[in-house]
Amino acid sequence: MKISRRHLMVLLPAAAVAWKYVMAGTPEDSPNYTIAGHWWGMLIDIPKCIGCGNCVRACQTENDVPDGFFRTWVERYHRSDYYLENPEVISPDGGKEGFPVVKEGVEGEYFFVPKLCNHCADSPCTQVCPVGATFISPDGVVLIDQTYCLGCAYCVQACPYGCRYIHPTKKVADKCTLCYHRITKGLTTACCEACPTGARQLADLKNPNDPIHAFLKTHTVQVLKPQMATGAKAFYNGLDGSVR
Amino acid sequence: MKDAGHLFRFAGLFVIAFLVFWVIRGYVVPKSFGEYGHYRGAALGDIAAHAIKFAGHETCETCHSDVSDTKTKGAHAHVNCEACHGALANHANDPTSVTPVLPDATVLCARCHTASAAKPKNFPQVDPQDHSGGVACKTCHNPHSPVIGADTSTSTAAGGAK
Repeated sequence: MKISRRHLMVLLPAAAVAWKYVMAGTPEDSPNYTIAGHWWGMLIDIPKCIGCGNCVRACQTENDVPDGFFRTWVERYHRSDYYLENPEVISPDGGKEGFPVVKEGVEGEYFFVPKLCNHCADSPCTQVCPVGATFISPDGVVLIDQTYCLGCAYCVQACPYGCRYIHPTKKVADKCTLCYHRITKGLTTACCEACPTGARQLADLKNPNDPIHAFLKTHTVQVLKPQMATGAKAFYNGLDGSVR
Repeated sequence: MKDAGHLFRFAGLFVIAFLVFWVIRGYVVPKSFGEYGHYRGAALGDIAAHAIKFAGHETCETCHSDVSDTKTKGAHAHVNCEACHGALANHANDPTSVTPVLPDATVLCARCHTASAAKPKNFPQVDPQDHSGGVACKTCHNPHSPVIGADTSTSTAAGGAK
C-alpha cells in the first residue's frame, strides 16, 4: 500500500485522536460509589490472628498475585525472654500454608503479624515516582497505574514496609490495592472476607458508623514505624514493641 | 530598530515551536490526567474493573440461608463461607453450571485448629492424631456448627440450596 503525502496528512491526526482515546482508558463503572465519601484503612487485631494463611491465599486468588510475591503476608515473631530487642521472625512462603508447630513450653512469646500495604496518607512511595504512575486516590488508597509505570522500582525501594514488588511478567510495580475493585462495590477485601477469626477488618474512617471509631477509642492501637510519619492506615491492635 | 527583523523571525520560530508542542501534548496526555492529582484519573476505573473472585458471604446467604441460619447459632458464626469453601464468585454468577467442590474438611480443620504454642491461648486447638486418631473431623463435628450437641437442625454438612 502506497501512502501519499495527502493521505498521511489525513491519517496522522486520525491516529492521534484514536491514540488519545486509547490512553484515556475506560471510565469508572461504579455509579453508586462517591469517591470523596470514603477514607479507607485496615484494622489488624494481632491477638486474634492464628497464622492460618487464609488471607495470603485469598489475596493471591483474588488479585492473580504470582507465586513467590505477596501483596499481603503473615510473619511469625518469636520474642525471646532474653533478647527482647531482637525477635526471631519467620514467614515461610509468606505464611501461605501456615506455620510450623511450636511445642508447648518453649520460652518467650510467639505472635503473628499480618502485613500489607499501610495505605499511608503521606506515603513515601508515591512521592518518588518520576512519571505519576503511583498515587493516593481521593479515598485514601495507594494505587498504581500500570499503564504508566516504567518499572524503575524507585517506589519499591522507597516503601519502608516492603510492600511493593516488580511483577515478574508485567515488569511494572505491583502492590496491594486494598481490593479497590471490591470496596468500590460495597464488598470487603478478599483477605478480610477469608479471615476466619476477624483479625483483619476493612475500615472506612470517613464513615461515622464504622466500628473502627469505637475500636480506636477503646483499644491501644499502633501503626508500624510511627517515627517515619507516613500516616499509615493499617492499625494494629496489641502490637508488640519488637515488631518492625 | 531597523535591524530587529531577525529577532522577530526568531521569536516567531519559538511561538510556532511552542504551539506544536502544545498540540502534541494535548494529544498524548490522557484526558483524565490531573482530574484528581498528578496521575491519570481513569486509572481508578481501570483498577476497579478487575474481576471479583470472592462473592462475599452476603451473596452466599441469599440462596444458602439454611446454612447461614445454622452457622449464626454456632461457634463458626464469624467464619465467612469462602474462608473454607474458597472463592466462588463464578458459582454465584452461574449457580447451575459452576458447581463448587466440597472442600476436604480434615485439611481445613487442621489448618486452623492444629495445636501450636504460637497460636493465641484462647483459640480452640487440638493435636489431630491425639484428638481423633485419624477419624475424619466431620464424623463427629458439623463444620457449620462445630460444637458437639449444638443445634444443627437446618443444616447438612454438605450444604446446598434448599
